[in-house]
Parts: sequence; C-alpha cells; structure tokens
Amino acid sequence: MDDPAELARRARGGDARAIARLISMIEREDPARLAVLKLLHAWTGRAHVVGITGPPGAGKSTLADKIVSELRGRGRRVAVVAVDPSSPFTGGAILGDRIRMMRHATDEGVFIRSLATRGHLGGLSRATAETVRVLDAAGYDDVIIETVGVGQSEVDVVRLADTVVLVSVPGLGDDIQAIKAGVMEIGDVFCVNKADRDGSERVLREIKSMLENAVLNGAATRFTPLYDAMACMGAASGENAGAEDAVPDDEAHRSFFRQRAPSAADGGSGHHGGTLPGYGSLAIPPVLATVAETGEGVKALVDAVKAHEAALALTGMLATRRRDNLAWELGKALAGRILARLEDDGRRTAVAGLAGSVMDRQTDFYDALDALERMLGSRQP
Amino acid sequence: MDRTIRVLVAKPGLDGHDRGAKVIARALRDAGMEVIYTGLRQTPEQIVSAAIQEDADVIAMSILSGAHNHLFPRVMELLREKKVDDVLVLGGGVIPDDDIPGLKAAGIAEIFTPGSPTPAIIEFIKNNLKRKA
Repeated sequence: MDDPAELARRARGGDARAIARLISMIEREDPARLAVLKLLHAWTGRAHVVGITGPPGAGKSTLADKIVSELRGRGRRVAVVAVDPSSPFTGGAILGDRIRMMRHATDEGVFIRSLATRGHLGGLSRATAETVRVLDAAGYDDVIIETVGVGQSEVDVVRLADTVVLVSVPGLGDDIQAIKAGVMEIGDVFCVNKADRDGSERVLREIKSMLENAVLNGAATRFTPLYDAMACMGAASGENAGAEDAVPDDEAHRSFFRQRAPSAADGGSGHHGGTLPGYGSLAIPPVLATVAETGEGVKALVDAVKAHEAALALTGMLATRRRDNLAWELGKALAGRILARLEDDGRRTAVAGLAGSVMDRQTDFYDALDALERMLGSRQP
Repeated sequence: MDRTIRVLVAKPGLDGHDRGAKVIARALRDAGMEVIYTGLRQTPEQIVSAAIQEDADVIAMSILSGAHNHLFPRVMELLREKKVDDVLVLGGGVIPDDDIPGLKAAGIAEIFTPGSPTPAIIEFIKNNLKRKA
C-alpha cells in the first residue's frame, strides 16, 4: 500500500481502506501523499461538492444524514467529510458528527470521514480540500462537507463547495443577526431547520427579507452572478416560448426559476424564495423549512441543491466558480510555501534582525517588508 | 511531529448505558487524542466499517448488557475478514473476570472493567499501538 501508484489505483477503485489511509496521510501532511494526489488529479472535478454550514446545534449532522438517504434513493454514491473542532490546548477532539449517520456505516455507496480542525480556523480543517479531491476521484457523485458549528465569520467552505447550504434555526437571536455580514452571506440555498419549533416562520421571513434587501441594494452576494446570468439567458431565450431551443437542459432551467417564483400553491407561506410587496418578484435563493429529525422538507432541499448545481452548469458559472476557487487555493498554497521558506534557519535569523530594527525604529515596517521580499527572491538567504 | 492517535469509541449491543464510554471519550480527548464517538447500539459490522473509514488506530468498545462474549469476538472476526491487523482493540464495561481470558484469546488486547483509572487506559493505548509513527 506504500506504493503511490498502487494506493492511487485502490483509492480510485473505491477501496475504503486505501481512501481512509490516504486521508490520514493528508491530515498529517505526509509529503508522500503528493505523488498519489498527482496521480488522482485527472479523475477529480466530477463530484458535486455541497457544503453544509450553520451554527452549533442547528442540526447539520442530522440534516446531512437525511440528505445522504435522499441522494442514495436517487442512486448516487455519497461521501461526507464532517469537521469538528480540536481543543486548542490539548489538540484532542471529540468527533461526534458520525453518531447521526451510523445507519449508513455499512452501505458500500457511502463513505463518511470525520476530520478535526487541528488548529485551522475558518470552519474547516486544512486537510479538507485534498480530502474532497480524493473522494471525488474515488467516484463519489456527491461530496458533502459539514463544517464545524460556525459563528459569524467561518466562511472557508465557499472556497471548496459548488453549493453551500446555510442552516439556521429558530431562537438564535434578534433580526439584526440576519443582517450582519459574514456567514449569512454565503448561502446558495437557505434552510431553517427545526421548523416545527416556535419562531421558525419569523426566521424564514427574516432571511427572505435579508436576501431581498441585498438584491434591492444591489449588493454583491454569492448568488448574484448566477442570478444575473440566469436572467440574461431568460431574456435571450424570450423567457418562455422557444426556450427549449436556446437552452439545452431546459428542465433544470425552469425548475430553478420555479423554485424562486412564488406560486398560489405556496399559499402565501411558501418557502421557495419570496416577494416583497410593491417590488414584484425578486430573484433570491430558495429559503426552505426542514425538520431534519423527521426528514420533513429534505426532499425539497435536495431538489433545490440539485437545481442549483444544474443552474451553475447551465450558465457556465460552475466552471467560473471552480476556477476562482482554485486560483484562491493556489495563492494560499503559495503563501504557505513562502512562509515555509522563511522558516529556513538563515532566513529566520534575518527576519528576527529586521524585526529588531523595526522595533528600534531604525527601519520602518514597510522597508523591512521590502527587504524581506528581495531576500526571498534570491535562492539562498 | 507526533502522530495524532485516533480512537473509535463504540457501544455495541442493546444497553443504553453510555456514561462510561463518554467518560473514556473525554479522558482520551484530554490526552490529545481524536475520539470518533459513534453512539449507542452499534452492530459489529457498523463498528468495523466506521473504524476502516476513519482509519482509527484504536477501537474502544463498551458493553454493559452481557453480550460481550458474542459481540467482541465478532468484531475481531470481521477485522480479520477485512484483513485489518493493525488496529488495537480494547473492551470495557461490566465483564466478569472469568470471561476475560477468552476475550483476550479472541484478540481483544485488554479489558478495562469499572473502576479502571483513565490514566492507565491512556498509557495502555500509547504503549500498545500497533502502528508506529
């Protein structure tokens, strides 16, 4: 199993032990993983990567469990990467997301892996990106990333997921929480879980109102580019008749719009998008009610997630989003390499020296930074 | 860098008493280990499959229902079937002294009965891991 080609071959074939072993290599940043990941690269980019994020206790794991069941019912192979926090003091962790998903443990079409953050901030572990790629190459059709319980700014999941499901629950705070920047801006599909509890109607309303106001204010949001592209395609194809000719995957196109258009069937309390009095129909993402415990609303949620994927593909936004994310990840990896070069013994001394002269007010901060940059430009310190 | 030890804590069998398992889980976490907690009423098949996917170094099982003589050896049998030979397997719970030799013969590395000090369990794990860094 130590041979990279053999490990890659077995992981590609869906061998659970090989996949698991490889993920452990990723987690401990074993340099030997790189040869395997390079071999697997050609088989990545096929899975639909779905992020599930939201505050602690919102029911993300239970929801993930039910989403897995729904996707399995649709004949898809599903992997879940569930992230929980490590203790900043001992490094230990209790990874408990799996408790809710044990019914899938013996299903050959499901692979579940728990990751501890191991000091990484942002709601994911450092190993998440490479882990998702391994599962993608292993042939899982959907890869679900469940983030740690997030607060207000853990938004790394947007860099990895094609579709982000933002899970909220009643009773978290007043309506100002919904208009703060950060986590609430990153959803492609919104979901209010535990919708059988008091106050869920209010949360649904507040999220819709937040989204509608973002549109009215012309704010840049994660969903705006997609909705603009959909609107353009709608206009180009005449919005109705003849659309079949212009749009190859028309059912996906229509279903995405249908989700957003309020209909009589919703009876005014519909959770599929919404309208603002006097403004007509505004294009906002789906805001759905679920009760993960019983599975209520999960089918509609999965429909919305799949419609989002179809809309991304149809508009070309899937490629744009993935390219932007890879560019970001390349930048981040490069920054990591630069930091590693600063760790070099000779350079570390030089950095300390520069820091000293900044502290003694002999050099200013920015001259010191320029000097460091010149130093990194040379092969040797 | 030390390899982070991953322990799958599982409750096979039908009893609903998970206090002991949770105490162990917390102690192992505080010792710097990553504990994958799988909850109540797991079958040996679920435990082995989860341990493989999680690449666990250790499986720690607790039973208070009396079914240990059946369920513990069944886990070992499944591990052998899947050719997993590098996972340390521990048992705990209400287990009569007379049953312990048989369980060890079946491949359970150690049995910790009520009252076992958690530091002893942590030491045992650290000293008996089957995989080295």
